[in-house]
Amino acid sequence: MPDTILFYLLAGVAIIASALVIGQRNPMYSIMLLIASFGALSGLYITLDAPFVAMAQIIVYAGAIMVLFLFVVMLLNAPQEDAAEWDRAHPMRRPGFARFGALLAGLLIAQLAWALMRASSLVETPVAGRGDAAALSSVRALGGVLFTDYMFAFEATSVLILVAMVGAVVLARREDDR
Amino acid sequence: MIPLSHYLIVSAILFAIGTAGVFLRKNLITILLSVEIMLNAVNLTFVAFGRSQGTVDGQIITFFVMTVAAAEAAVGLAIVIGLFRHRESLNPDAFTTLKW
Repeated sequence: MPDTILFYLLAGVAIIASALVIGQRNPMYSIMLLIASFGALSGLYITLDAPFVAMAQIIVYAGAIMVLFLFVVMLLNAPQEDAAEWDRAHPMRRPGFARFGALLAGLLIAQLAWALMRASSLVETPVAGRGDAAALSSVRALGGVLFTDYMFAFEATSVLILVAMVGAVVLARREDDR
Repeated sequence: MIPLSHYLIVSAILFAIGTAGVFLRKNLITILLSVEIMLNAVNLTFVAFGRSQGTVDGQIITFFVMTVAAAEAAVGLAIVIGLFRHRESLNPDAFTTLKW
């Protein structure tokens, strides 16, 4: 019973904080709320016997990526969304397009609900039914799989990070430096 | 015991919130934040399915998704800084041409 309460508490915090991220006009508040949402998600990872993923979530997402976002928001110093006249007169802002978009969104929700109904027999099993929790949460087992079965993907990831680093430096450089 | 479907429903709601943010917001930084919400929703699905199958593969894929998210944030924010330098605006509708 306590784990059920914990799940609903963490899921509620994650969903409400994410919804408020979308509702904010000031990106600074959005980033703070997103950090709260990531904290709740890392709690959900702990309930799924994945403590290493939970710590990586806090350190990498809340610690590194969100600080990068915060740094850019402070650097650009543009707290408000600007809703200019030409923005409201945009050709895609007519009610016909909005109705078509709402129709597509309704269709997507109906399709997802239908797919979940079809799969309900598959997913109604308890999530912690199979496997040993101690073996799944061990970093040793995780590292063993990561450095043997997923070796190529791991090495390809290092190339990806190198390319992203060079790309970020080239893109953010001032043009008169050339 | 919490069934797998509850984790999947939470993940679907988070993904829908992220999609709505990409379409509704008029700020490049908030749009990038919405993409991060969507990536996190997918991470939750991976870990939940991995737990229900009793393997660590779901957790491994989550690390790769986190790496891609970090690379995407770095490059995306560099592009945002470059665009802001040209137009003094973060509205995506201000950038309708590839070259000016």
